[in-house]
Amino acid sequence: MSRFRIPGKGRVDHSAPVSFTFDGKTYRGLRGDTVASALLANGVHLMGRSFKYHRPRGPVTAGSEEPNALIGTSRGAGRFEPNTRATVQELRAGLVTESQNKWPSLSFDIGAVNDRAYMLFSAGFYYKTFMWPKSFWDKVYEPVIRGAAGLGKSPTEVDPDHYASRYLHTDVLIVGAGPAGIAAALAAAQSGADVTLVDENAEMGGSLLSDPAVQIDGKPAWDWVDAQLGRLRAAGVRLMTRTTAIGYYHQNMVGLCQRLTDHLDNPPKGAPRERMWRVRAGQVVLAQGALEKPLVFDGNDRPGVMLAGAAQTYLHRYGVKVGDSPAVLTSHDSAWYAAFDLADNGARVAAIIDTRDVVRPDLLDGARKRGIEVLAGHTVTTTRGRLRVKSVRAAPVRGTHVGRGRDIPCDCLLMSGGWTPSLHLFSHTKGSLAWDADGNTFLPDRKTEECEIAGAGRGLWGYQAVLADGAAAGLRALQGLGRAGHEGRFTVANDRPGTGVSHTELPTDGNAGKARAFIDFQNDVTAKDIRLAVREGMRSIEHVKRYTTNGMATDQGKMSNINGLMIAADALGKAPPQVGLTTFRPPYTPTSFGAFCGYLRGETFQLTRKTPIDSWAEANGAVFEPVAQWRRAWYFPKPGEDMHAAVLRECKATRASLGIFDASTLGKIEVAGPDAVEFMNRMYTNPWTKLAPGRCRYGLLLGEDGFIRDDGVIGRLSPDLFHVTTTTGGAARVLTMMEDYLQTEWPDLDVWLTSTTEQWATVALNGPNALAMLKPLVQGVDWDDFPHMSCAECTVAGLPARLFRLSFTGEIGFEVNVPARHGLALWTALMEAGKPYDICPYGTETMHVLRAEKGYIIVGQDTDGTVTPADAGLDWAVGKAKKDFVGKRSLSRPDITAKGRKQLVGLLTEDGSPLQEGAQIVLDPNQPKPMKMVGHVTSSYQSTMGHPIAMAVIEGGFDKMGETVFIPMPDGVRKARVTSTVFYDPDNTRLKA
Amino acid sequence: MLLIHCPYCEDTLPELEFTYAGEAHIARPADPSALSDEEWRDFLFIRTNARGPHYERWRHIGCGRFFNALRDTVSDRFLMTYKAGEARPTLTNEAAE
Ligand SMILES: [Zn+2]
Repeated sequence: MSRFRIPGKGRVDHSAPVSFTFDGKTYRGLRGDTVASALLANGVHLMGRSFKYHRPRGPVTAGSEEPNALIGTSRGAGRFEPNTRATVQELRAGLVTESQNKWPSLSFDIGAVNDRAYMLFSAGFYYKTFMWPKSFWDKVYEPVIRGAAGLGKSPTEVDPDHYASRYLHTDVLIVGAGPAGIAAALAAAQSGADVTLVDENAEMGGSLLSDPAVQIDGKPAWDWVDAQLGRLRAAGVRLMTRTTAIGYYHQNMVGLCQRLTDHLDNPPKGAPRERMWRVRAGQVVLAQGALEKPLVFDGNDRPGVMLAGAAQTYLHRYGVKVGDSPAVLTSHDSAWYAAFDLADNGARVAAIIDTRDVVRPDLLDGARKRGIEVLAGHTVTTTRGRLRVKSVRAAPVRGTHVGRGRDIPCDCLLMSGGWTPSLHLFSHTKGSLAWDADGNTFLPDRKTEECEIAGAGRGLWGYQAVLADGAAAGLRALQGLGRAGHEGRFTVANDRPGTGVSHTELPTDGNAGKARAFIDFQNDVTAKDIRLAVREGMRSIEHVKRYTTNGMATDQGKMSNINGLMIAADALGKAPPQVGLTTFRPPYTPTSFGAFCGYLRGETFQLTRKTPIDSWAEANGAVFEPVAQWRRAWYFPKPGEDMHAAVLRECKATRASLGIFDASTLGKIEVAGPDAVEFMNRMYTNPWTKLAPGRCRYGLLLGEDGFIRDDGVIGRLSPDLFHVTTTTGGAARVLTMMEDYLQTEWPDLDVWLTSTTEQWATVALNGPNALAMLKPLVQGVDWDDFPHMSCAECTVAGLPARLFRLSFTGEIGFEVNVPARHGLALWTALMEAGKPYDICPYGTETMHVLRAEKGYIIVGQDTDGTVTPADAGLDWAVGKAKKDFVGKRSLSRPDITAKGRKQLVGLLTEDGSPLQEGAQIVLDPNQPKPMKMVGHVTSSYQSTMGHPIAMAVIEGGFDKMGETVFIPMPDGVRKARVTSTVFYDPDNTRLKA
Repeated sequence: MLLIHCPYCEDTLPELEFTYAGEAHIARPADPSALSDEEWRDFLFIRTNARGPHYERWRHIGCGRFFNALRDTVSDRFLMTYKAGEARPTLTNEAAE
């Protein structure tokens, strides 16, 4: 039996020991323990070091709000997690845990030198100290700070666990299964409503689990909880434990993170570790209770100093006495009950120190009966002890005057500064808060969502009040659904009502300037830091927060916000509501990235679109690249070839004889209807009226701002039918843009738009032998009237096809479209028929090289959303005689016609070295820095001509033909000559062959 | 995640099914060439940027239709949605509520 475990007590299983390690030492706990309760049972309070000062720390709470007891947990390979709260992590066999922020060991830590130098590390320390000299930031300060900073250590391996996601629609969602939540669920579960009750703890019951002496309807608290949960289960209520409501979003959507396996000794194979629920609820009841506030005094962070409510929880839920001789310091009645319960279980309570002069007589009686010394109107001015509190100094207070103190030996100090309603989720909804001057706290006020707040979450105290409030809230939620029910009534015996007062930092009899009175334990923010921030000019609580880092730790101010506010308000001489509360943001507690990702990782991160010819490419050794959501064959290396060699071979084979390319990913849109030609005239820059059926044309699409949005070859198959192609990445965007104009600007046009991208498989044939090879396979085309830029519906290799004669390579070219289901058949037929011509399959890289040699642009690579047709040398594609088209008016805007715009040109390097895409271009490499950059390289390839080629946008580029520009690179400055973008066959002789 | 009512589908559906499409009731001029540079600039770039109720366009990806909405940019609450081409509804106190 562990030294501080009370035999038979608590909700842990005394017959089921569980062993685990902490910092390499093996400990024994019980089934049902948390790591914190098991360590406390073994007398271990020291569980970590603080972030900034490396001060020794122990758990201050017993729940998810814990700021101190953060540990690393390891559940096997790849399953290390930093910053796990020891107060939440349930014990499981073989669990390996370690403390954080210490070196070389937890009890002797060198970083604690920061603590000696604390005068240097006051609020705003980073802002003040590391400002000068500027050059020191990169080289000295940042590396040192980064090395020392960080809470815990990051896992280094890929998370081997998987995470699930679910949607849930429910009539009433109740967050928090304490007395208010259970009462609300009982009320809401009437009339067949679908009710969901969630709680972040392993067990439902909330504070009742820590108050077993309370009796409800004649039953002891625990029996009552069991009976009600049974009733709820029988009524079909969904009960979810270990489930944290992390965020409350619009229209009653609540995110729940359910922890599924971290508490299991042997998780079922394949079970998800956590599950994220996206719940849409008709009504929400927030019954999250209240969080106990620490008191602020010198040495309030010493291991052994913890919240009184936490000690009560360790006692009743886990059967753990947090010390043999606790002292109590409180400003609220609730801590008295903790003292009584500990005394009744064998602890020798050193003293109850209450800051109030007058205390309820029944509480004084209770203390007297148990022989506990009471010091009313007293405070604690300091604590002593190196790694654990050994004594506290209690002193009488009259106003701000502190009288003569005396040391009271103890092995722990239980404190209570009152209770703060848990308003986080309510605040996520932007519900407004009202300051309750009596309770010195914020309470929920104006609601924005269909929600009710019940119990301690809206400032109520005592089980009778909380149960009645929960029942009323549950009934209101039910009525909000248009259903009826009756309000439950509860009779409570041995209730524990209470009130208290609120303080800023407690007065001290020592040097106030040297007091180490902590507000934010995790970030080591003291009361003095808050006052310093105010003195240095911070007026808004948001500024105070950022200057001091108060409330910015992983507990998000659950412990510290109200204390920080009270002290800031005091320093500013304002009422707390005038200073305001910092914003609460989701998630409520730290949530794993895995839970947010859910299934969206690895192969299922996003869908992969594959063409009908993809399987052939894979079987034939293609290397793939992602393009938009497609995976496209990039190149087809032969054994021993690297990418460069493969691409060069593919390029040469195509230019010499015949290449074949899977172009199925091209976007395709069918524009059909009596007004199709008018629609095309209005959308695209080019004139379409005179384009005869059976012919095609390069189309250029602008935004209304005059910049290039997309391009592609468009065929007119009949007077009222256009087969539009778009860039691979632009297909959806172009269709949306067309739909937008058709639906909202020109609804009078009789036109139908259909996305046909995936209906057609498209195979491109290019090369001097393309025509000879294809001809015998085609039926239904009049070859005497099928010049470059023609299209026809016909059959190819016996398959129904739309055949386009066009070229994106500068060679004779065709694009054969067949229904997608025939794509692979077409490809294999063409491969077979191409054998005599040494047909060569090529990928996207060769396609890029061949098009770049001809100066054909890729929208989105050679253009970037600021390039006009004129900038790209595509003026010829603009139908200037047309009265209007999308973007036309912008082409005469002053900025668009101004001189000095960046224009698309070719570049050839002097030394024949390749340029890097994205490299910046300057006119004078010897100018002082920062240099004037006049443009950048947009495309760069090794070419079939024996030297690299590049395209670039350069200010006034068209007027710089033949001039030299410079491209400074890390390994030296490149010199390049400005040329035309057409590097290969500028007279298009090969197209006409 | 918001729920948005598509006036064409007459169904209230998750925000994931919709995309935002800019401010509403900015009609493309019938003859852009008749506009001065300043007028065209205003059509292209100048927007209300309302703090509060804002007339704006959305597209329901599911049915492909563009429609108009009145949304409060402070509360991120949809006050109403209506079909493209319908007149700009006046903001009643009830809707603003
Ligand atoms: Zn719709």
